[in-house]
Amino acid sequence: MDDLKSKYLTLIADAADESGLEDLRVRALGKKGEISLQMRELGKMTPEERQTAGPALNALKDEINSALVAKKTALSDAALDARLQGEWLDVTLPSRVRPQGSIHPITQVTEEVTAIFADMGFSVAEGPQIESDWYNFDALNIPGHHPARAEMDTFYTHRADGDDRPPHVLRTHTSPVQIRTMEAQGAPLRIICPGRVYRADYDQTHTPMFHQIEGLAIDKDISMANLKWVLEGFAAAFFEVDKIEVRFRASHFPFTEPSAEIDFRCSWVDGQLKLGEGDDWLEAGGSGMVHPKVLQAAGVDPDVYQGFAFGLGIDRLAMLKYGIPDLRAFFDSDLRWLRHYGFQPHDVPTLHGGLSS
Amino acid sequence: MKFTMSWLKRHLDTDASVADICEALTDLGLEVEGVENPSERLDDFTLGYVKHAEKHPDADKLKVCKVDTDEGELQIICGAPNAREGITVVVAKPGVYVPGLDITIGVGKIRGIESYGMMASEHEMGLSDEHDGIIELPSGEVGQKFVDWLAQNDPAKVDTMIEIAITPNRPDALGVRGIARDLAARGLGKMKPCEVDVVEATFAADMSVSIDTDTLDGCPVFTGRVIKDVKNGPSPAWLQDYLRAIGLRPISFLVDVTNFFAYDQNRPLHVFDADKVAGNLRVHRAKGGETISTLDDKDYALQSGQMVISDDTGAQSIAGIMGGRDTGCTEGTVNVFVESAYWDPVQIAYAGRALKIHSDARYRFERGVDPVFTPDGLEHAVRMIVDYAGGEASSLIVAGKVPDVSRAYKLNAKRVISLVGMDIPESTQRQTLTALGFRLEGDMAHVPSWRPDVQGEADLVEEVARIASLTKLVGKPLPRLAGVPKPVLTAQQMRQQIAKRTTATLGYNECVTYSFIDREAASLFGGGSDVTMLQNPISSDMSHMRPGLLPGLLRAAARNQARGINDMALFEVGHAFHGGEPGEQHMQVAGVLIGRTGPKDVHGEARSVDVFDAKADAEAVLSAIGAPGKVQVLRGADAWWHPGRHGKICLGPKKVLGVFGELHPKILREMDIKGPAVAFVLYPEDVPLPKKKSTTRPALQSTDLQAVVRDFAFVVDEQVEALTLVNAAAGADKALIVGVRVFDEFIGGNLGEGKKSIAITVRLQPVDVTLKDADIEAVAAKIVDKVTKATGGVLRG
Repeated sequence: MDDLKSKYLTLIADAADESGLEDLRVRALGKKGEISLQMRELGKMTPEERQTAGPALNALKDEINSALVAKKTALSDAALDARLQGEWLDVTLPSRVRPQGSIHPITQVTEEVTAIFADMGFSVAEGPQIESDWYNFDALNIPGHHPARAEMDTFYTHRADGDDRPPHVLRTHTSPVQIRTMEAQGAPLRIICPGRVYRADYDQTHTPMFHQIEGLAIDKDISMANLKWVLEGFAAAFFEVDKIEVRFRASHFPFTEPSAEIDFRCSWVDGQLKLGEGDDWLEAGGSGMVHPKVLQAAGVDPDVYQGFAFGLGIDRLAMLKYGIPDLRAFFDSDLRWLRHYGFQPHDVPTLHGGLSS
Repeated sequence: MKFTMSWLKRHLDTDASVADICEALTDLGLEVEGVENPSERLDDFTLGYVKHAEKHPDADKLKVCKVDTDEGELQIICGAPNAREGITVVVAKPGVYVPGLDITIGVGKIRGIESYGMMASEHEMGLSDEHDGIIELPSGEVGQKFVDWLAQNDPAKVDTMIEIAITPNRPDALGVRGIARDLAARGLGKMKPCEVDVVEATFAADMSVSIDTDTLDGCPVFTGRVIKDVKNGPSPAWLQDYLRAIGLRPISFLVDVTNFFAYDQNRPLHVFDADKVAGNLRVHRAKGGETISTLDDKDYALQSGQMVISDDTGAQSIAGIMGGRDTGCTEGTVNVFVESAYWDPVQIAYAGRALKIHSDARYRFERGVDPVFTPDGLEHAVRMIVDYAGGEASSLIVAGKVPDVSRAYKLNAKRVISLVGMDIPESTQRQTLTALGFRLEGDMAHVPSWRPDVQGEADLVEEVARIASLTKLVGKPLPRLAGVPKPVLTAQQMRQQIAKRTTATLGYNECVTYSFIDREAASLFGGGSDVTMLQNPISSDMSHMRPGLLPGLLRAAARNQARGINDMALFEVGHAFHGGEPGEQHMQVAGVLIGRTGPKDVHGEARSVDVFDAKADAEAVLSAIGAPGKVQVLRGADAWWHPGRHGKICLGPKKVLGVFGELHPKILREMDIKGPAVAFVLYPEDVPLPKKKSTTRPALQSTDLQAVVRDFAFVVDEQVEALTLVNAAAGADKALIVGVRVFDEFIGGNLGEGKKSIAITVRLQPVDVTLKDADIEAVAAKIVDKVTKATGGVLRG
């Protein structure tokens, strides 16, 4: 019986393919196979003989079977390996083209700013870009003869002959949105107003359209010190540093009193801006306590309510934070620029995940 | 506004440094824009003494000088006619930068003889235009710094000039005295008195001034004095130095005096040549059409109602804006009439704007000069003229009277503290206001006449805060609203954000284009009419508000094609303007696809963009912002779309959520676009908002029963729309049919002219029991029946 075993195990090990293996199975375990014939002999044996020969034969049969299965698997694995070898591809070929879109820096920065102020309880207000001169000027304490009107390089809309109304203006700031929102919602109030604004000026650092974000907080006891704190918090969060010192410089805006220019502490080293350190100051925008006449114009009682307002340039914030050199390029839609300075569609700025990635 | 330190010290007794003064000015709201310290650029020049001078052997006009300097004796070749032995000179040694010549001195050979420096003229030092010879100093030690010598002997030449920006509310700071007052209030010195020593009248004026009744509201007071026998000529050196230091050119004494008082105390004056004035002066309103030649040699036609000063022959001065040429002073003027008047800021602003004259007088009057100072300003000027140019002054001529601008506001010290958020004691607040010229009576603060900007209690707060220093203000937390911050964006704002991010994910690059565009492009897209036109566009490229976002995107695409980029996907989300009134704007999401879907590639997938790319993207964005899935696709959109290859995505014929399609080839040609271009425009504000507020989703209905899929092909007329066919099939059994999808369209073969085959696959999903063949056959028959009825087509055999 041992001869039989070693004979078949050797034959199985040497089998070249699946059909050879099948032949061996038939020769050993088929109806007329050597082992099957021996099994048939069991009946003729004595019970004692059978007791030893039976289990031995069964064990042999199992062993051969296992060897056949193992060999079969080995052969098919080898065949698969051989096929896969032939299926070699040059995987350094370029992948399928997926178009890559981008988000404009204005959108990105607006969302960053919104995320910060939303956390401080400010909601987002919007309004018309073509405005009446009342909302753009008069309601903001800028009467017709005020020099600020001329200084703002205002765009006016055409008036047909016979239409004696004063021309509308393209809003020169987003402040009219403050008036409209106070009219609609009253006080207390915390809003930011981002959006397009227009001034008739075009050179290296000015475009006739740009983006502003204004903030307004009205309540019974809001002070200029609160304003400073809000701007300090905003500056550090936006520029992603621990602290930025904010300097207020007395100034004048018709719609606020007292008024202050906002400066951020910074340094310029080899043309590189660093915020929060150094001996220089970066002009960031204007701010102040809302003028009582403005509150009155918007239907808010200045004897009861007070509050602050501020304005920052979105384009300028984007240029400073992301090192974008030329304002005019923002509006040129040069694809090379859009791809270089644009943002990944899924880079949604959040406070919990970080504003920039 | 420019001034010098020595000019400031005429009004302010201070020993504060330039740096301290500049820091305070900026903090006070008088922002320092520039500081020019002449001693900085002259720092390297030293004094020398010419010990010996002899003619250059090879040049007639040159001299070889031996000059004693702090570095010993130097040989210097000099061409100045006054270079000679025994004079004290200013020496620039090798390595010194010479500002007037913009060169750095080196060692050189002049006609064969070495020269080790230069002796400087005033012109070369940038001190004056004087270049006839080198400077000869009457005193000074060899080696002494020239700037030190100047500081002792001619301080005006090393006077530091400071330039500040003036906000429109601070006309008082347009005079040096006003600036001094702010600094004194801050504690940087003491105000010096400025009383006028009135020149006694020696005769009665032989001319009079009248103001028409209808002009008194624009010119409440007009004062003047005649001065006879003055001697006009160059101003004294100190006055010339002052004016030059702030960038003004000295002209003649009589003109310089008026400039001096304009800058010294914001008091504009006008000096008439009295001999050229015919008869008396009359202040009145122009009838319109009068012409006047002004001091700047221009002619202006006056408009009706503008204020003018006339003599018996006609208009001689545009009131408060610019004097007339015919009665102006010249070198030869001997008799003058000095005018000091007060003009209403609003009327001057309107007249100046209408006439487009930007004069110094207009600038000052429209911001507001001190009306009470009108007569004193005159007396100051008369005193200076008589002191320097001689002559005798007439009695005072006055028309009208000084307007009463007195007013007082309550100082509420607690409110000041509450608004500013800084603890400023009441006594300090009162002290501040007093220092600024306010008069306090109890808690009422009377406003000084030179502060027209102070119009209420809030202005008092500003004054107190400004002087206390906003730089020192310490931030205080703005109380947080209770709890976790609520979402702040509205549904529409979220839609804009989602639309942007979705479109970018689809491969589009976001653009931000101008809201105004040229008339031609606007007209191609339904705009360009006068209601959306700007009155004063910055260029003809930006003359009209955009009627939609497509023209701007196509202009951007053309620019990119000009740069050699042919394939692109651009989008913008923003407002378009359907009218010229506030609020006549609407939000659009627009995308354009131009050229091919990508560059040539190894997989052979790149192809020209087509209408179904635009449709897919439009549907993806609409779906992302929550538009319903079941929509109609209608035709008949605007003329800039290809008439046969576009669709309006609608909820009913009037509710258009968006349009997709090919752009009309004529439009593309007009806009210089090469290659195929498809686009979509969506109107997110028209997509209905979801009604339900609940976050709960309906339970999932699913079954383990096998779905059955059956395919059908119908032959229909070519103009039959696939959506009609799909809707018909889907309607055959609304319970069982869960999906109908077109998977093939075939035109030609043996179908016959004008016919096409559309193949659909229908998915049946049983809910309760497995479908039997008979059930399936029944549904199939219904589908065929419905489609046949709806389209007139037949099942393809």
